[in-house]
Amino acid sequence: MEISFVIEKFALVTILFAISLLIAMYSTYAERKVAAFLQDRLGPDRAGPFGILQPLADGVKMFMKEEIVPSNASKWLFMVGPGLAMLCACIGTAVIPWGQDLNFDGRIIPLQVTDINVGVLYIFGVVSLGVYGVMIGGWASNNKYSLLSAIRAASQNISYEVAMGLSIIALLLVTNTLSLREIVEDQHAWRWNVLYQPLGFLIFMICSFAETNRAPFDLPECETELIGGYHTEYSSMKLGFYLFAEYINMFVSSAVMATLYFGGYNYPGMDWVAAHVGPIAAPLIGTAVLFLKIFAFIFFFMWVRWTIPRFRYDQLMNLGWKVLIPLAIANIVITGIVIAVVNF
Amino acid sequence: MGTSVFYFVATLSIIFSLMVIFSKNPIHSVLYLILTFFTFTVHYVLLNAQFLAVVNFIVYMGAIMVLFLFVLMLLNLNKENEPNKTAFVKILGVIAGGCLIVTLVGSFKAVAINSPLVLKDPNLGLVKNLGKELFGPFMLPFELSSILLLVAMVGAVLLTKKEEKANG
Repeated sequence: MEISFVIEKFALVTILFAISLLIAMYSTYAERKVAAFLQDRLGPDRAGPFGILQPLADGVKMFMKEEIVPSNASKWLFMVGPGLAMLCACIGTAVIPWGQDLNFDGRIIPLQVTDINVGVLYIFGVVSLGVYGVMIGGWASNNKYSLLSAIRAASQNISYEVAMGLSIIALLLVTNTLSLREIVEDQHAWRWNVLYQPLGFLIFMICSFAETNRAPFDLPECETELIGGYHTEYSSMKLGFYLFAEYINMFVSSAVMATLYFGGYNYPGMDWVAAHVGPIAAPLIGTAVLFLKIFAFIFFFMWVRWTIPRFRYDQLMNLGWKVLIPLAIANIVITGIVIAVVNF
Repeated sequence: MGTSVFYFVATLSIIFSLMVIFSKNPIHSVLYLILTFFTFTVHYVLLNAQFLAVVNFIVYMGAIMVLFLFVLMLLNLNKENEPNKTAFVKILGVIAGGCLIVTLVGSFKAVAINSPLVLKDPNLGLVKNLGKELFGPFMLPFELSSILLLVAMVGAVLLTKKEEKANG
């Protein structure tokens, strides 16, 4: 039993890791295709049909490039930076419930690596840790622009974490639990949290854009001011890790948003489907629905990137501290009052 | 199993804490401090205090240490331009550290004799139980400390505002 449990979890972790990498790979392709679509171009179309092999070509190119370590860089930390960015991006998937329990003739396999009872806070912790990869890499490069970018990333993350935490508090008032599995199960049959927390969701989403350093909040890699940002000095696969980590972060935060606010693996009519297709196919359909929601969010991330121009740094800080935080606090107060009145 | 994990993590905590003091570069010091806090998080998990563990993770590792690193990077401290400490300051530091050790040793001795640290409820560290304790019997101290934090925050904001007025 013990051994099979370990094998089961190990397999799940491996699959999740592979899926994260695969989605990150094809996100780079999707980003270019979406950009091309929005700008009325064709996008990559040379490698394979519709350019479908483009990510592989890019990967090979990244691996083949020369490794350059700047002579005055702190060599050890220069290597730790991209690794840390990648690690923090990947460990977020551990607590997300990917589907209902699979039932193989009485043997129940949960499609979640671990259901810790502080799941939401764990996600939050991973998000707050994510900035270290950027900070350490930017500092270790021994380049003024990289350092500036690292400092920007730090202050941006800290600022938006506050508003993000406050929006999560309002959500927890509604859900009454910190376990992601229970949050998803509570949203069964159209009780999606976004219907109860529209403002909270908006704040959470804006903060996720800022935390993943995506446009319009990609100030740490603002090439017009900082050459390339924190990865100016990086080359080869180390640079690849940083770029990849951004896409994995995007995937994970899309998954978190779908799980917290859009019902996770729940979909309309799932009870009817579950009664008709059997115990193994039904959870897998739920998982497919969750992935559809995630892809919709990833597309939204890209859509926004090519629609809204980058903020100025003071605008970023004003938005974070003077708009989002007061709004999030007001949201908590209103939610609390409504809950008190309803339960009265 | 639990004890051996504890000894392993405790050894790591001590090694990392020592590295905080002995590293020459302030940035490396802070990075070792982050690792030290990470081992503390593991200690909390071993004590079944999950909420404390994850809050330690978020607040200390994720926020306060980022700010430490931020300030150090902004000031760009190097060994060369660090001001030399006078003998007077060094002696003061030794005396203050000695006082702290005496107080800690004294208090731990008293605790060990009077009330061995056995939790009445081993699941106290879970979010639900901790919340009920904090908002039940410990309501007043909890609210008072939050007001204290709010006052400190308002004070900090006020200090920056005043400077702005004097300059303009």
